[in-house]
Amino acid sequence: MRQQQNIWYNVDWLTVFIILLMMLLGWLNIYSSVFNEEHSSIFDLSQRYGKQLLWIGLSFIIGVIIINIDSKFFVAFSYLIYGFFIALLVIVLFFGKEINGARSWFVIGSFAFQPSEFAKFATALALAKLISSYNFNFSNWNSQLKLLAVVSIPVLLIILQNDVGSALVFMVFLIPLFREGLSGLILFFVLFFVLVFVFSLVIEPLVLLLLLLAFAFVIYLAIKKSWRSIGFGLLVLIGTSLLVWLYTLVFKKVFPGFYYILFRASILSGMAMILLSFYKRKPQLRLISSIFIISVLFSFSVDFAFENILGSHQQDRINNLLGLEYDPLGAGYNVNQSKIAIGSGGFGGKGFLKGTQTKYDFVPEQSTDFIFCTVGEEWGFVGTTVILCLFFFLVVRLILLAEKQRSVFSRFYGYSVASVLFFHVAVNIGMTIGLAPVIGIPLPFFSYGGSSLWFFSILIFVFLRLDANRLDQLH
Amino acid sequence: MDRNTKRKNIIILLFLIVGFIYLIKLFSLQVLNKTYKHSATRNVLREVIDFPSRGLIYDRNGELLVYNQASYDLLITPGETSPFDTTLLCSILEINKHDFIGEVKKAHKYSRFKPSIVVKQLSSEKYALLQEKMYKFPGFYFHTRTLRCYNHNNAAHVLGYVGEVNNSVIQKDNYYKQGDYIGITGLERAYEKELRGEKGVSFFLVDVHNRIKGSYENGRLDTNSVKGKNIHISIDTELQAYGEKLMQNMAGSIVAIEPSTGEILCMVSSPSYNPEQLVGRNRISYFPKLVADTLLPLFNRAVQAQYPPGSTFKMVHALIGLHENIITPYTTFHCAMGYHVGNFSQACHHNRDFRLSGSIAQSCNAYYTNVFRKILDEPKFGGTKNGYEIWRNHVVSFGFSRKVTHELHEELNGFIPTSDYFQNNLFRYSRWRSLPLVSIAIGQGEILTTPIQMANYTAILANRGYYYTPHFIMEIEGDEVDTLYKEKHFTSIDTVHYEKIIEGMEWVMDSEKEGTAADSRIPGIAMCGKTGTAENPHGPEHSTFIAFAPKEKPVIAISVYVENGKWGNLYAAPIASLIVEKYITGDIQKSRKNLEKRMMETNLLYPDKPNYIRYKE
Repeated sequence: MRQQQNIWYNVDWLTVFIILLMMLLGWLNIYSSVFNEEHSSIFDLSQRYGKQLLWIGLSFIIGVIIINIDSKFFVAFSYLIYGFFIALLVIVLFFGKEINGARSWFVIGSFAFQPSEFAKFATALALAKLISSYNFNFSNWNSQLKLLAVVSIPVLLIILQNDVGSALVFMVFLIPLFREGLSGLILFFVLFFVLVFVFSLVIEPLVLLLLLLAFAFVIYLAIKKSWRSIGFGLLVLIGTSLLVWLYTLVFKKVFPGFYYILFRASILSGMAMILLSFYKRKPQLRLISSIFIISVLFSFSVDFAFENILGSHQQDRINNLLGLEYDPLGAGYNVNQSKIAIGSGGFGGKGFLKGTQTKYDFVPEQSTDFIFCTVGEEWGFVGTTVILCLFFFLVVRLILLAEKQRSVFSRFYGYSVASVLFFHVAVNIGMTIGLAPVIGIPLPFFSYGGSSLWFFSILIFVFLRLDANRLDQLH
Repeated sequence: MDRNTKRKNIIILLFLIVGFIYLIKLFSLQVLNKTYKHSATRNVLREVIDFPSRGLIYDRNGELLVYNQASYDLLITPGETSPFDTTLLCSILEINKHDFIGEVKKAHKYSRFKPSIVVKQLSSEKYALLQEKMYKFPGFYFHTRTLRCYNHNNAAHVLGYVGEVNNSVIQKDNYYKQGDYIGITGLERAYEKELRGEKGVSFFLVDVHNRIKGSYENGRLDTNSVKGKNIHISIDTELQAYGEKLMQNMAGSIVAIEPSTGEILCMVSSPSYNPEQLVGRNRISYFPKLVADTLLPLFNRAVQAQYPPGSTFKMVHALIGLHENIITPYTTFHCAMGYHVGNFSQACHHNRDFRLSGSIAQSCNAYYTNVFRKILDEPKFGGTKNGYEIWRNHVVSFGFSRKVTHELHEELNGFIPTSDYFQNNLFRYSRWRSLPLVSIAIGQGEILTTPIQMANYTAILANRGYYYTPHFIMEIEGDEVDTLYKEKHFTSIDTVHYEKIIEGMEWVMDSEKEGTAADSRIPGIAMCGKTGTAENPHGPEHSTFIAFAPKEKPVIAISVYVENGKWGNLYAAPIASLIVEKYITGDIQKSRKNLEKRMMETNLLYPDKPNYIRYKE
């Protein structure tokens, strides 16, 4: 009895309060988005808001159960939990139901459950366990292989379900791994190439090339000033361009295009810089030139792949995400309607239950993936700012709590929770305002659905339990 | 800072940067950008237009001329249809199946949830037939509009027709939307604002499937439609129909005006068409035919045809001569089978002296050539050019060379050349002389007038010096008629001179005075007239005649043109006399029945087919 009291005393009540607040706000918006006069009772279980209230109640029961479990349980059973959900991911491939093109759901009666959600939780536990193990070392091949295996098994299984969106979420484990000592270059390269990928599709090749050049220049300056070698590289770039241009003039030979000239010139100049770096013994220049060449190659191959390999509907989606095509009734319909709904909210919003865009179904999936539209339309910029701040407050709070942990396991797990939450919030809100691709992942605590609500509750309550244990041991 | 703290900070910074970018984006989306608010309104608001019924048109005796009947557009909402029997539908509606399927496909392309019109303007008969079978065609429904309907098939040009607005009107006047009706010609156009009423509009909120979810702001912005105003026009339908009958096989026009008010009693333009032909679905088949017809049935000759006035213009010269003290009623000029100066001759057919009245009665060319030249060469005017300008100013005060009505948009100006015109042509390389202009003396040459202008001129003569703007409108129910129509307009000629020419016009009808139109005399009615022959470079001359009656307190002033009718007394004078007699006595006396029969049976349109009669369909 005494220990029980202690545990409840040690729980981080601020976090619990924020979660509860967000669930209630989420519920209000679900109520508004499916509201109609005929079913106005909030406990009507035939309506989504009625069910969601039930799911919220159940998630707190789950929370109570988790807090009462000994924290050693999660450490001890993390591989088992991981194995159990991997097994479910395999089973769902054969017995699952296909919803929206992804075979990722178990459907029992009216209840649908998505194991890929819980696989994130299980993977976080397994990774925490692996990292905290005594002989783990980032520079060790064996450790690296294990790490890769733990992440890639669920990712591959989820890709097999045709749910690339959920698989992408696993990228966020790079963040806790980075915190635990993974080379910053990997995180940097992933971010850098995501940016180059996006820019290759959005920006003209010439502009991109100049950007890359400027970037290389800035980095080089940041490391060491050497105006002469930069000037040399630029000279080679301009010189080769001129030569190729003269060549076409003199021999009247038609080149495939201006961009190929640029492409060759930049590769040649990059190579010249590398040679120069050997000659002058400047390894930083060599590294930067190599990155430059790889970026150029990558960017041109992205263009090529985009034009020649992707199907037209995939091109549409990417184009639409990047704002390259305006086609409100075609592939971009959802995002456009979503932006209309959020944009029409204005500064103060239209008021609770007054949103016309969401009430009259102009926004698709408005109680699940696009719930943020209801927030934007009915509560305006004030509402969206409050929600956004709440989320980022929660994420930062989790990171600060994680930093306080004394075990690597708890810290890694805390970072994982914060990162998964961050990724969901960033992608979900991003897709409603046209800053992220529409990959259909829910907004934590807001989107309708028991499966995702419980997943986030379990994810956070397990961390709260681990955190409570820290204080418990202090006493 | 150790490595771990640094990494923690990097991660937090990364998160916060993303959050900050999102905040900026939300701010621009929700606060700065206004277009999304408009898009949202466009998404949910549907206007439902309540079309008012168009005002009715009555004639001067209260006879209903134009009214409305319901017509039905068939609409389809593709998302609500189920497979249906196209053949049955098309056979009920008597339409081409291929065209129908084309329209349905277009509707599909437009929207699955919004209705599109597939068949326009169905008659109430077809509507009734289809209404019974509508249960077989879910997703189809009707939309009621009104179409014009006519009690008489007369006065098509005066009434004009109603049709869908074109884009240029929509751009200028935001009252009109695509598919709205508007008066296109005639009085339908002139009194469009009064006749159309005001559309009502209700705003509804709709969902993504275009289903109405409720009224917008509790109907605060909704408006009721206002019925169009009825108008009463001055046309005497019986007289109009009689005129059209007389002219049924002639091309030309009749315009009759009540001189004491300026009200137009009848305006016939022949050949004409049945106004029903330009209503609803009929228009699709008739309009191209009417446009292609070489006799130009859509052309309102009464206001659009510009002919030389011929001898009917001679009184204008006489009045100017009298006003400027160049002649008196007793001034005589000699006619030696024409007017001769040097090598120049203007032919005539008398060999005697004429005073004013005789010159009108027998239409002496030599007399008016003398008068016209004397006006132009009058020494006190200081030169022929000045003389011409003074002459022209007098002429224009009779309403020539400009539009005389305000109601018929299609009216043309006619043409009385300005002195500049001659300066730049005839007298470009020589000084002004009156001789080259003498064809104007007999109403030929460069001058052109319209039948409505000639009728107005006749009304001036009947009124002895003034006119009221010729008009049709008598009453707009619930509104005022323009006070302009109550204003007297005087000519620049002193009114005392008018009486001096009336005698001559009376003699025109007098066989004892060898009047040119003595054959058309109406026993018992003192009519004053003047014959004319308008030169026509394309064929036989046009027969023209102007007249008013009775001589004292005239009730009708009339101008008649019969194309290719040669001399005024051949067709134009008899027709004018029949109209006058019909209007004044209500009937045609026995002794003149033959004349009436001859006019009705004359076929000038198809000279090679004397027995063919062109009836209006």
